[in-house]
Amino acid sequence: MTKTRRISGFLGLPFVFWAAAFIIIPLLMVVWYGLTDENGALTFANIAAIAQPAHAKALLLALLLSLLATAVCFLLAYPLCMFLVEAQKTSNSFLTMLLIVPMWMNFLLRTYAWQSILEKTGIINTFLTAIGLQPLRLINTNGAIVLGMVYNFLPFMVLPIYNVLEDIDKNVINAARDLGANGRQTFLKVIFPLSLPGVISGITMVFIPALTTFVVSSLLGGGKILLIGNVIEQEFMVAYDWNLGSGLSLVLLLFIIINVVVSVISERGEEELRRRKSDAEA
Amino acid sequence: MKNELIHLNHISKSYNGKVVLDDLDLIIHENEFVTILGPSGCGKTTTLRILAGFETPDIGSVIFSGKDITNLPPNKRQLNTVFQNYALFTHMNVAENIAFGLKIKKQSRSYIEDKIQYALKLVGLEGFEKRSVNNLSGGQQQRVAIARAIVNEPRVLLLDEPLGALDLKLRQDMQYELIRMKNELSITFIYVTHDQQEALTMSDTIVVMNQGYIQQMGTPEEIYNEPENAFVADFIGDSNLFPGIFVRDEMITIDGVPFACVDTGFGTNKPVDIVIRPEDVDLVPCGQGTVSGVVTDLIFKGVHYEMCVDVNGREWVSQSTMPCAVGEEVDISVHPFNIQVMNKPESEDEEAVKTDD
Ligand SMILES: Nc1ncnc2c1ncn2[C@@H]1O[C@H](COP(=O)(O)OP(=O)(O)OP(=O)(O)O)[C@@H](O)[C@H]1O
Ligand SMILES: [Mg+2]
Repeated sequence: MTKTRRISGFLGLPFVFWAAAFIIIPLLMVVWYGLTDENGALTFANIAAIAQPAHAKALLLALLLSLLATAVCFLLAYPLCMFLVEAQKTSNSFLTMLLIVPMWMNFLLRTYAWQSILEKTGIINTFLTAIGLQPLRLINTNGAIVLGMVYNFLPFMVLPIYNVLEDIDKNVINAARDLGANGRQTFLKVIFPLSLPGVISGITMVFIPALTTFVVSSLLGGGKILLIGNVIEQEFMVAYDWNLGSGLSLVLLLFIIINVVVSVISERGEEELRRRKSDAEA
Repeated sequence: MKNELIHLNHISKSYNGKVVLDDLDLIIHENEFVTILGPSGCGKTTTLRILAGFETPDIGSVIFSGKDITNLPPNKRQLNTVFQNYALFTHMNVAENIAFGLKIKKQSRSYIEDKIQYALKLVGLEGFEKRSVNNLSGGQQQRVAIARAIVNEPRVLLLDEPLGALDLKLRQDMQYELIRMKNELSITFIYVTHDQQEALTMSDTIVVMNQGYIQQMGTPEEIYNEPENAFVADFIGDSNLFPGIFVRDEMITIDGVPFACVDTGFGTNKPVDIVIRPEDVDLVPCGQGTVSGVVTDLIFKGVHYEMCVDVNGREWVSQSTMPCAVGEEVDISVHPFNIQVMNKPESEDEEAVKTDD
């Protein structure tokens, strides 16, 4: 017993080193830089800097666009997953592969691809002018950024939802039908509630990378639309102001933590509530 | 005769080329308690799924009250199912599970509340309303599944091994409750079980199935006393199952020893299967029986003793309230009425219905 525990402790060791080197130490550095000025004196100025109009605007825009992208991802992913689970049941796993695999293609490559599709001289506009229409301004818009976010982060929504939907016992759905529920009622009262944990983790997994991205916004926003991720990136890479960059990162981290906490609470909340109710009953 | 309620009209069903139900034809009457009995994988659940509407037959139709409901969706059918794996709604508590069907039917709140209390009392789970179904034992989940179906007062209740997870005492209690409920609410029960004892005690009609065929259908007495073939005889109750020769009407031989029987019409000198129930094998003092042997085994079974008797190398099993000592020489005597003669399977198709166990 203790021996196996010791061995499994050893097995965890590589990860502990990895986590220390690549997660904990960088995080501590961010906290350190974020809370000090260039002379190493303690200050909250870097964090308060979020209130500057340019920074606040970038943060609000990032929140807005990433929420929008998360919503679109959800609306696309849920029906897709329902379809995939159904297709998989009729032993059409090839179809599943066909739809899922391209989603894991390299992130940068796909964003570049969208760039060339949306460009002023890109595929869409070439087509539009060819059939005699006015070219549209597609690239460097908020819409293009949301599109890029959705396209890149959709797999993170699909996967958890697909997993929960696939896990639902077909007989539980049959039971709902058996008890008189029509298709819509079965979905609303049984399938959707049972899939909520997957939906919640999908939302978290899309919202966080979308909120913090700077690649999508710089490639499809053309450097004209700044999200908070771009601001932070520029502080680090252009202005070399690591203190300010870290301070703003800490603000962003706060939003991530809020998101994670909310999702964990809502996942556990229902069960907890029920337990408390039955305790009160007893 | 009672009114015909359901007709499974020559139903066949295969999955990926594997035949699961083969020309199954079954008529169920109003307020009847029908038990489908058979070994694992013989198609019992598939039959219920077709009745409930989760599955459509490849060939054949389902007639309900004279109407063809083969393609009617499950929510439009006047029957409810108790699923083999319970299939409870894990995101709801016990009361919400039970109320599901009633809420869909938009019953009043007080009606639903009464029904929940009634059903919980029925299945012996008073006070469990607010419990999450995830922390219930298998037996408790099974009873919630029964309650969830019964509150809807369906015309037909399909029960797929509904008492499988219960211990003997609770199972017997629930058997009585189910029968009482059936008579009280005049619901038709279609009941699936592995347990032959359960089938014999509860049913009006037993349907013995094997490999997608109906082997025999009849009252518990008919099935027990007059099995039509070796499979049924073997599956229902303990039995001595011997190969024999039907010499002529009212006369057979087992291992060359002649026995009088009451069956007629099997031909002359034809190989047949013979079934003799252990309780019909009488052990009598030497010289008073038909054939003699030596007691090789004696087991106390509670109400009776079970003795194994070696008769020229063939083992006969006898049950009696009077024990015989191991090693004792005894004669065997069987009343002609208790010898059941059955045709041997002839075609390969029929051979397929025989099992080894
Ligand atoms: N959806 C399905 N796809 C493929 N094969 C199936 C399917 N459902 C059932 N079968 C097969 O059909 C046969 C009969 O299954 P069924 O569930 O009706 O058996 P059963 O009599 O209920 O058995 P048990 O007593 O073990 O519950 C089995 O061989 C099973 O593997
Ligand atoms: Mg079954």
